[in-house]
Amino acid sequence: MSAVMLPRKVTRKWEKLPGKNTFCCDGRVMMARQKGVFYLTLFLIIGTCALFFAFECPYLAVHLSAAIPVFAVVLFLFVMAMLLRTSFSDPGVLPRALPEEANFIEMEIEAANGNIQAGQRPPPRIRNVQINNQIVKLKYCYTCKIFRPPRASHCSICDNCVDRFDHHCPWVGNCVGKRNYRYFYLFTLSLSLLTIYIFTFDIVHVALRSVDSGFLNALKETPGTVIEVLVCFFTLWSVVGLTGFHTYLISLNQTTNEDIKGSWSGKNRVQNPYSHKNIMKNCCEVLCGPTYPSVLDRRGVMAEDSLSSTPSPPTSDVVATKSNPVTPNTKTTAPLIPNEHTPDEAKPSIAAAAQKTTKEEKVSSPRDSGPKVSPAPIVVKESAH
Amino acid sequence: MTTSLFQLLLLHSASLANKVFIQRDYSEGTVCKFQTKFPSELDSRIEKTLFEDTVKTLNNYYAEAEKIGGHSYLEGCLACITAYLIFLCMETRYEKVLKKISRYIQEQNEKIYAPRGLLITDPIERGMRVVSFHTMSPMTISNTSDSYGRIKRWTFL
Repeated sequence: MSAVMLPRKVTRKWEKLPGKNTFCCDGRVMMARQKGVFYLTLFLIIGTCALFFAFECPYLAVHLSAAIPVFAVVLFLFVMAMLLRTSFSDPGVLPRALPEEANFIEMEIEAANGNIQAGQRPPPRIRNVQINNQIVKLKYCYTCKIFRPPRASHCSICDNCVDRFDHHCPWVGNCVGKRNYRYFYLFTLSLSLLTIYIFTFDIVHVALRSVDSGFLNALKETPGTVIEVLVCFFTLWSVVGLTGFHTYLISLNQTTNEDIKGSWSGKNRVQNPYSHKNIMKNCCEVLCGPTYPSVLDRRGVMAEDSLSSTPSPPTSDVVATKSNPVTPNTKTTAPLIPNEHTPDEAKPSIAAAAQKTTKEEKVSSPRDSGPKVSPAPIVVKESAH
Repeated sequence: MTTSLFQLLLLHSASLANKVFIQRDYSEGTVCKFQTKFPSELDSRIEKTLFEDTVKTLNNYYAEAEKIGGHSYLEGCLACITAYLIFLCMETRYEKVLKKISRYIQEQNEKIYAPRGLLITDPIERGMRVVSFHTMSPMTISNTSDSYGRIKRWTFL
């Protein structure tokens, strides 16, 4: 009698992760769900460079210098490496709270809220922290069941909280956050250089050919150049502008999300507590800071016993949050939750007539609609360039 | 209901629960640092000084990992020049420190916390949001997280 041994399929954690990401290469690659615009980016870059290598490089290598195509190849490879690294890496996704942690936080919130009378809305879940002598409000994420760390935001497209959330970029098909911001910046910077480089040498190429055979004949000889010039011309304005914008943000140690929300601008607003007030220091921190590890365990193997129990908590949470209408309560002023970081003068006395929280209230708590609004204008902004 | 009664109820339910979560301390910005305030739920289980030593050592490790100085600039520039492909064969400083942290937590669990019936979970298992202390049961001994193994897995992207 022979026993047939079937190979055991190992289930990795990425297969059970909540959120709307797609994973490739057995969890090594992580992207957003919509990748159409990313494919367009790839097509534009590879297509334009292919035309450049086919039309410009042979002529210029002979007539000007062989270094021209060599440098173009190096720049092209760098651009591709940065693009792929931005698109494929974990932007700094914060894993959702496990049930015990979520319950612990709920207990803390309930204890701080005190008695809430029936029919009254519970106060918004906000935690005050003091960062470099500025008060920063940490919002509670109803989807991830955590108080978001400072500078983190929930991306509605990927349905994840991302640390140091900058924006969701459809051109790279991923969020831009703490872990991949510098690759994104280097991608825009190197793409600007590549675009300027190709555009310049297109003009030089056409100029040199025009000297020999006239302008119209030169264009007829190199039709690829026309396409390249068109693509580069439109790309130049958007990408160079974007690079300039992000250089400005880096020098102030701000994120696109904070800039759009106006978190640190305006008279009565808090000053940016993360800025070192020195451009060099800010740049160094963002570009030469430590390479943060991914805290999302994608490649870990799921334990056998947790496989049967894992589907129920996330799906019930997802169903609960998805079926809830978004009720606007952001304008309610309510006592804030004091903690050890709340300065004494800011600690309000917990109101005697506080509201009672019912179970239905908790389940139908509105999802935070703030961050969901912000990616949309950013997407528009990106494509409008 | 008065506030003190609520607090009593909270303490009671926390002592029934078998996990305590130490939150992050954001007073110095977004650097990874945990609060050293001794939670009352652990009052009867561990000495305050031992707890504070553990958390302070963890904070020092994270500060070392996130330090911005000559070493991080060198690593950043070298990596940039190689289009970050160097990380395929080289470990980042942060990863090296994370391994040290994992070993430290294991050692602390063996020497100090397990004899007192407690277990610390490596913060990386919880998204670096909390350090969790939980009471040990025979099952938890076998289910202890393998954070060291997790750091050794594919970390390039």
